[in-house]
Amino acid sequence: MYGRKVKLRFLFVVLILATLILTVFLVLKSLEENVVYFQSPSEIKALSELDKKKIRVGGMVKKNSILVEANEVKFKITDFKNEISVVYNGAIPNLFEEEKGVVVEGFLKDRNLFLATKILAKHDENYMPPEVKEALGD
Amino acid sequence: MLLSVIGNYSLILGLIMGLIIFYFSAKNFKNPKLLDAKILSFTFLQFFLVVISFLCLILSFVVSDFSNETVFNNSHTTKPIFYKIAGTWGNHEGSLLLWLLVLTLFILIFLVRTKNQPIKYRILTLVFQQIIIIGFFIFLIKTSNPFNFIYPIPTEGLGLNPILQDPALAIHPPILYLGYVGSSIIFSSVLAATVLNIVSLKWASHIKKWVLSSWIFLTLGILLGSIWAYYELGWGGFWFWDPVENVSLMPWLALTTLLHCILVLEKKLILTSWVIILSISTFALSMSGTFLVRSGILNSVHTFANDPERGLFILIFLFSLIFLSLFIFFYFHNSSKNNANNFFWLSKETAIIVNNWFMMYFLSVVLIGTIYPIFLDVLSSQKISVGPPFYHKLIIPFLIPFLLIMAIGPKLKWIKSNIENKIYLILPLIISIMLSILIVKNFSFKFLINTILISSALYLFYITLRDFFSKGFKNLAQNIAHFGFSLLILSILFNNLFSTEIITNLKVGETFENTKAKIVFEGVSQKEEKNYKSIVAKFLIEDSKGKLENLSPELRIYNQPNIATSEADIKTTLLSDKFIVINIVQNQEFFNVRYQVKPFMLWIWISVILISFGGLVSFIKKEYEK
Repeated sequence: MYGRKVKLRFLFVVLILATLILTVFLVLKSLEENVVYFQSPSEIKALSELDKKKIRVGGMVKKNSILVEANEVKFKITDFKNEISVVYNGAIPNLFEEEKGVVVEGFLKDRNLFLATKILAKHDENYMPPEVKEALGD
Repeated sequence: MLLSVIGNYSLILGLIMGLIIFYFSAKNFKNPKLLDAKILSFTFLQFFLVVISFLCLILSFVVSDFSNETVFNNSHTTKPIFYKIAGTWGNHEGSLLLWLLVLTLFILIFLVRTKNQPIKYRILTLVFQQIIIIGFFIFLIKTSNPFNFIYPIPTEGLGLNPILQDPALAIHPPILYLGYVGSSIIFSSVLAATVLNIVSLKWASHIKKWVLSSWIFLTLGILLGSIWAYYELGWGGFWFWDPVENVSLMPWLALTTLLHCILVLEKKLILTSWVIILSISTFALSMSGTFLVRSGILNSVHTFANDPERGLFILIFLFSLIFLSLFIFFYFHNSSKNNANNFFWLSKETAIIVNNWFMMYFLSVVLIGTIYPIFLDVLSSQKISVGPPFYHKLIIPFLIPFLLIMAIGPKLKWIKSNIENKIYLILPLIISIMLSILIVKNFSFKFLINTILISSALYLFYITLRDFFSKGFKNLAQNIAHFGFSLLILSILFNNLFSTEIITNLKVGETFENTKAKIVFEGVSQKEEKNYKSIVAKFLIEDSKGKLENLSPELRIYNQPNIATSEADIKTTLLSDKFIVINIVQNQEFFNVRYQVKPFMLWIWISVILISFGGLVSFIKKEYEK
């Protein structure tokens, strides 16, 4: 009925559309599963229910709160309104210090305890992660 | 002081040159018998002025002229001379001046080396390139002048971030920029060719060299950044899917796709629209790379600088360029002369097109992962981040068909092909599958996907390896690059599968032991250098086979700026790297120790060098064809 050329074109368009739809679907699905949300200690206090997903928490490392032990590091993150205890075992970046900004990634044990799997490194002593700046706010 | 004045006026004169070139080009374009000699001399003069300006900045850094704000912010008298010079482009202002330098250099080379191209095409390319150059001149002078004065003159500078004081990172920006900026010539040239309607086989053959050279530099630039991240950041990885890395990967993907399209266009007049769109996107991605890194919009662990005004300028500039190019594309491009009718399913071009689709898919994944958090932040002020699992999940499965087509594609002929010697194609596949089952057998987790992945990478490895012997020098460039790619994927896979890591906190004299290794923390000593003090730790490591190794990672505390950095100690052998890094937390007596065994690290670097070497071979071949 139709010529070879038309059929070929048609097949091509269908293929492209199918690829596009598949791409969008895959990307959105994967985004939903793998996105990590950022929260401040105050936001965590206000949570109505605990999320089991991985999150990031940021703020200042509280003064005199770092305690290093053989297999873990404990410290507190504060946004000067609320604070949360963090337990971590893993590599510690160079610019992790008391009274400096920090972002940690991991899971909430409860509203007061965070099990961190990663402390995010920064490259610049003056650099403050935007989330932390905002979380510390005014 | 004097240097800044000279540098500054050179920049302004360079901008004026741009306008003069514009004027003469327009005049010449109306009467295009010969390329106006004035155009060439003014282009040379413009390049020369930027060189002077750049030299002034380098000299200001060398003599530590702190009346210059850029020098004050990024240098220090005690810094070694090498890093004083490298500091010139280790900051926003200097790196933009470098962009400009390469922009003007490339258009000069272009004009000199295209004598046998149509004059109208050369002039138009120059005009488009000058639009970019003028834009960068204004951007530089207005928002990020590297020659601003400070008064009163400070006696000492603030210093360069110590992690940037590193040989790999000193040459990383220039190499990367050669790649980025090379794409500007492709951009200008493709626009000129579209306007004149000469996007053709001949044009493809001429622009191929530019595509190849920027591709080689971009590949090497990314490699250098990756090597640096591996040993300097102390995480022991080489790719973190960090936004700053992604923005260099995106133009690379677009450029690689473009390179393959050009290969097709060289032979056959199809894919012209594709080539135009890809050339535009490559340059747009290179520019937005600069924009995203420098504007501080990216929520990145790497972010070094932060200035919204600059971001806004680049954004507006970028959008006007994209708008201009889209207008040219839709207004001038006529695709009717494509001879798409003699097209068969089983042919080399089909294989290339299919893999181009895959690369475009990878590109969109990286693009979405990189900019989605920005959009969400702007729209709902929700802070999120997209981590490696996202990319792995979306990219890894599609690598399998990608690798297989990469292996079979080059075996096919142009236009129409039958698969010959089927046995030679199927036999290696069976061997690869069996071999990978053998390798992955001991690792129960994700058995299926790993086996299939390693099989397909091994398959590509065999096929390309055999071609070295059976085909001789035919298609050598392609062969080397594809072989390198298979080696890269294999090394990454093995590296991921077989890496082991121990992270623990130890006091001096303590020992850590598990089934994989025994780590003895023997002691620390102190060392003092000109611009830093350091603590050198001594470790004795015994692996499960009883082999002993001494490793001494360092912890440096720089004077200016006062920052501590960890210097990993890495023992590299052909088969694996032993990597150890220490850190100290808040002067407590525990040291944070991270020890990793990373197989095939060296091969990751070698394979990327091989890939770019493939490009080089193709470039040289092109050169000899003339």
